[in-house]
Amino acid sequence: MARLGKKFDQGEVIFRQGEKGDCMFVIQQGQVEATSEAGGKEVRLRTMGPNEFFGEMALFEKVARTATIRAIEPTHLLTIDKRNLLEGIHEDPSLAFRILQTMSHRIRDLTERLAKYEETSSTP
Amino acid sequence: MRSNVSSSGFERFEQSDTSNDVLKTLQDGSRIAVIGAGPAGSMFSYFALSMAETIGLDVNVDIFEPRRFCHRGPAGCNHCGGIVSESLVQRLAIEGIRLPDDIVQRGIESYTLHMDVGDVRIATPLQEKRIAAIYRGEGPRNSELIDTHSFDGYLLGLAEEKGANVIPQLVTKVNREDDRMIIGCADQTSGSYELVVVAAGVNSRLLEMLEAESLGFARPDRTKTFICEFNLGRDVIQETFGPSMHVFLLDIPRLEFAALIPKGDYVTLCMLGDDIDEDLMGRFFASPEVRNCFPGGEIPKHACHCFPRINVRPSHPVFGDRLVMIGDSGATRLFKDGIGAAYRTAKAAAKTVVFHGVDAETLEQNYAPMCRRIGRDNLVGKFVFNIAGLVQKARFARRGILRMTANEQQSEGNRRMSGVLWDLFSGSASYTNVFIRTLSPAYIAGLMWNLVVANLPGSDARTPSVTGTGKHHVQH
Repeated sequence: MARLGKKFDQGEVIFRQGEKGDCMFVIQQGQVEATSEAGGKEVRLRTMGPNEFFGEMALFEKVARTATIRAIEPTHLLTIDKRNLLEGIHEDPSLAFRILQTMSHRIRDLTERLAKYEETSSTP
Repeated sequence: MRSNVSSSGFERFEQSDTSNDVLKTLQDGSRIAVIGAGPAGSMFSYFALSMAETIGLDVNVDIFEPRRFCHRGPAGCNHCGGIVSESLVQRLAIEGIRLPDDIVQRGIESYTLHMDVGDVRIATPLQEKRIAAIYRGEGPRNSELIDTHSFDGYLLGLAEEKGANVIPQLVTKVNREDDRMIIGCADQTSGSYELVVVAAGVNSRLLEMLEAESLGFARPDRTKTFICEFNLGRDVIQETFGPSMHVFLLDIPRLEFAALIPKGDYVTLCMLGDDIDEDLMGRFFASPEVRNCFPGGEIPKHACHCFPRINVRPSHPVFGDRLVMIGDSGATRLFKDGIGAAYRTAKAAAKTVVFHGVDAETLEQNYAPMCRRIGRDNLVGKFVFNIAGLVQKARFARRGILRMTANEQQSEGNRRMSGVLWDLFSGSASYTNVFIRTLSPAYIAGLMWNLVVANLPGSDARTPSVTGTGKHHVQH
């Protein structure tokens, strides 16, 4: 038995908000959490487990990482190169289908959370 | 409709039969026969059923496979070196197909190049295990019961989860009757389908039958290879091979490529070349570069072996009306990344038949370009291997390559030679991409400089040595 990818220990930071990035990651084993810092306060965005991916925004936009990702248990991650992914999508656009599905899911999740936040903050 | 019976699906339908668009596309209830449950057949089934689901199309997929992947030895094996390339591991991960721990025999994170002038370890820049050493079946003949499983069996399981039906029968006939394809099995049963996908590999008798009975169909050109398994034990393998695949660039005529692939308790030897025979094998095993890879410099007895043939030129054509050839039965990459080519052709065929149609014209427009791309890249690959053949014969060139690669591995700068060798050995990039990179002025200048320095009298590179591995010292 063997495991692909690179091992990260519990608590280890995979990347930090504001860093430059040119790859995304797929979780082989373990769990990570995504947090974002705003106004000196750290907000937990979501946790992710096996087969889920993160860091994809850096491949499509030339912007810094928008969240900090930390392993919350011993975790193995597979790195996806920007070049390999974009060459793959160029040859076979359907390769991006699952990424679109996940990004769509995350937008829906954020919209729901924003609506709840607006509702809470507007309640007298 | 006029009855139109022919021996196979390669002859085009009469115009009157194909003019109806309904006949050219899959409909709810359409039946697809997939012959062979290797990676190409299973991945085609998986992707076709996934894509059909996204557009609300209800199709039935029957996979014909007499082999049972739960068996050890030849009964469950599809005879292959067993490497899932770096680029394919990544693409499968993006698709949501994660290779579980019990499928991966060993994660590979470096290549060790062995030459008569010395050895050099080429590590992936990320120091990450992104190449998977796997068994196509459940393991070598007479191997111990182990907690690992078949790669082909895993992919077949994914296809079954999507709804594919596995029929454990050998297909012996493919006929066409009117707008249907008829599959005949060894047990005399038959079935009628709207589409037949041939993923029977390159060693199947079915391809011979199609070639013999079809006007204009030529099965792939093939060459004989040699694969064997050495039982060294997990600890010895960890100590002597580690997570590194060992490749050989030796001056042995007709030998294109040879690699030792560490797995669980076994090491797989894979030799590719121009019809491997006893003489070639004898010369290979006698070379000190090979012997020094094994404990005590002795080549152990192998646990099982085979001489499978590989596809060295695509079949032609790779499609007919309601008939498509994928993986090794159609087009595959020369010498490398056959499982990656199975993925690419399987997915291209699945997209074509689900979203566009199943007639020859549609397959020509949407599926054949992928196979032609692979074929064109193989021509460049042949040229690249010819150059590698010249390097095999020129000791001064080997010294220069060794020096350039070793220096790159010890520094943080550009890794031009290491990158070219990595992609050539691992099959992670196309041959065209590899070749273009060798034309860069910086690469050429670096190689020239290292050729000169490495061949100066008194140069370190003139003394056979080991660079990067720190384990063996080759004496000549």
